Amino acid sequence: MSIRSSLLPAGTPRAAFRMIVLNESRIARRLPLGLLVGVVLPTVLLVIIGSVRHNRQHLQVLGGLTTFSVYVPIFLAMVIAALAFYGLPIPLAIYRDQGILRRLSTTPVPPAWVLAAQLVLNVSFAAAELVLLLVVAMTGFGIAAPKSAGGLVLAVSLSMATVFAIGLWVSAIARPRTAGILAAVCFFPLMSFAGLLFPRAEMPRALLDASNLTPLGAAVQAIQSALLDGFPPISPLLVLPAYAVIFGALAVRFFRWE
Amino acid sequence: MNACTGPDRPAIEVLHLRKTYGDTTAVDDVSFSVAEGEIFGILGPNGAGKTTTIECALGLRRPDSGSIRVMGLNPGEDREELHLIVGAQLQASALPGLLKVGEILGLYRSFYRQPADVAELVRVLGLAGKLKNYYMSLSGGQKQRLSVALALIGRPKIAMLDEVTTGLDPQARRDTWDLLDGVRDRGATIVLVTHYMEEAERLCDRVALIDRGRIVAIDSPAALAQRAGGGQRVRFVPSGPFDERLLTGLPEVQGVERHGRHVVVSGSGDLVSAVILALASAGLTAGHVQVESATLEDAFVLLTGRHLDNGVTVSRP
Repeated sequence: MSIRSSLLPAGTPRAAFRMIVLNESRIARRLPLGLLVGVVLPTVLLVIIGSVRHNRQHLQVLGGLTTFSVYVPIFLAMVIAALAFYGLPIPLAIYRDQGILRRLSTTPVPPAWVLAAQLVLNVSFAAAELVLLLVVAMTGFGIAAPKSAGGLVLAVSLSMATVFAIGLWVSAIARPRTAGILAAVCFFPLMSFAGLLFPRAEMPRALLDASNLTPLGAAVQAIQSALLDGFPPISPLLVLPAYAVIFGALAVRFFRWE
Repeated sequence: MNACTGPDRPAIEVLHLRKTYGDTTAVDDVSFSVAEGEIFGILGPNGAGKTTTIECALGLRRPDSGSIRVMGLNPGEDREELHLIVGAQLQASALPGLLKVGEILGLYRSFYRQPADVAELVRVLGLAGKLKNYYMSLSGGQKQRLSVALALIGRPKIAMLDEVTTGLDPQARRDTWDLLDGVRDRGATIVLVTHYMEEAERLCDRVALIDRGRIVAIDSPAALAQRAGGGQRVRFVPSGPFDERLLTGLPEVQGVERHGRHVVVSGSGDLVSAVILALASAGLTAGHVQVESATLEDAFVLLTGRHLDNGVTVSRP
């Protein structure tokens, strides 16, 4: 049995995948934990921080940037992290635990299609929310258009691949009771390194170097460069794929359908 | 039933199946074959190995040894082809609680190229009024009926149903039996795992009695009951005292027991008439007459020394 035929069985209608995505989106709407943390919260935080006049003043300590412009790439990374760490693993952990994936594995549909549908859904939510945040920041709070649009697309794509690979690994090992804890254990430390509590521009040199080597630190580094300076430097463009490969392999190695 | 109507190849063939979990042997050298169009029952107490057998046949578990062919397919290797033609109802499985019944039916319908008529399934299973209800709000019986609907929604050639009527009230149980009769009439083969002997007697062409991982007998329900002595029991309250030799001398009678006012006569042939005529000849009548035929339960007790319901060992004189 080849990988291809086990993931794309010839006898299974392809329309089944659209139906799975449709129904997963219904569930995501009815239990919107991922959407709250990944879409509502970043939007609200962005608007609050942008509405404080002081945050829009250029500060010496931030290298002449405004607090708001420093936080925009952090919120973009937060959207990806929330949907990858909360939106993706929690439903999958529940489905595996309750035997929903097991029930599915007696049908012509491979359970991997549910995983794929969850990925499609959460990546789509993340992409839509990233666009929304950028539009709000540019039209509402006077942020300049991205310096390097191609660099931004590349930085965001690599960041999504990396952070969702970690989310898949969390999905692989999470049980319903531990999924929320694991999500928090990934989300808060990684977001702290990315500058959520303490902007990267204010980090001491050693901490900044460490941040650049974390998945979300590298994501913010690449996204911020593309927004403010131009094409991102090479370092995050190497760090991000390295994490993507490691966690992608771990996810494949440890994933259990039952 | 009619092995003559099926083709040469059986729908399901299991040979020397063995499966252990750690030190526990769940299935020990189980062999049987199921003809196409047959309703085949696997009957035994909890923990006998019924579910493990079914899960191996569905490709959900890999046997330690032995072989299984389902419509010529190897469940371990040909899972995709297998699941196109087999519908399953499992015990330990669930559906997303935040989906509505109608949404779940629409979802599972989309998995198959030639799905069944959902409106008809829903009507027969009494779910028509529940289509807008969330799965999490359904009662146990309603979930069970939805599970049956999903097992049949792909018009399977073979349906494997594990404890299909557990948790259903008597009326829903009879409706489900009628539905399964209809599915068989369409030409499908059904494997029915159950511990309800009434269900096996009502539906199954043949039954495998399984106990502690081993098959103890395979035959039609009637033939199995026949093996248990083919016998009947007549229970009555006599109108007056009588000498037991009046009955024990009859060729039809095997034994006579007294339970308080009641007399229980076991035997075969035209037992009731023989007993009543003998009593009449002594000027007595029989009141509160009850006749019991030997059942699958009796056969199971006879063959294993244990009850079907709970696997409790029967104490015998």
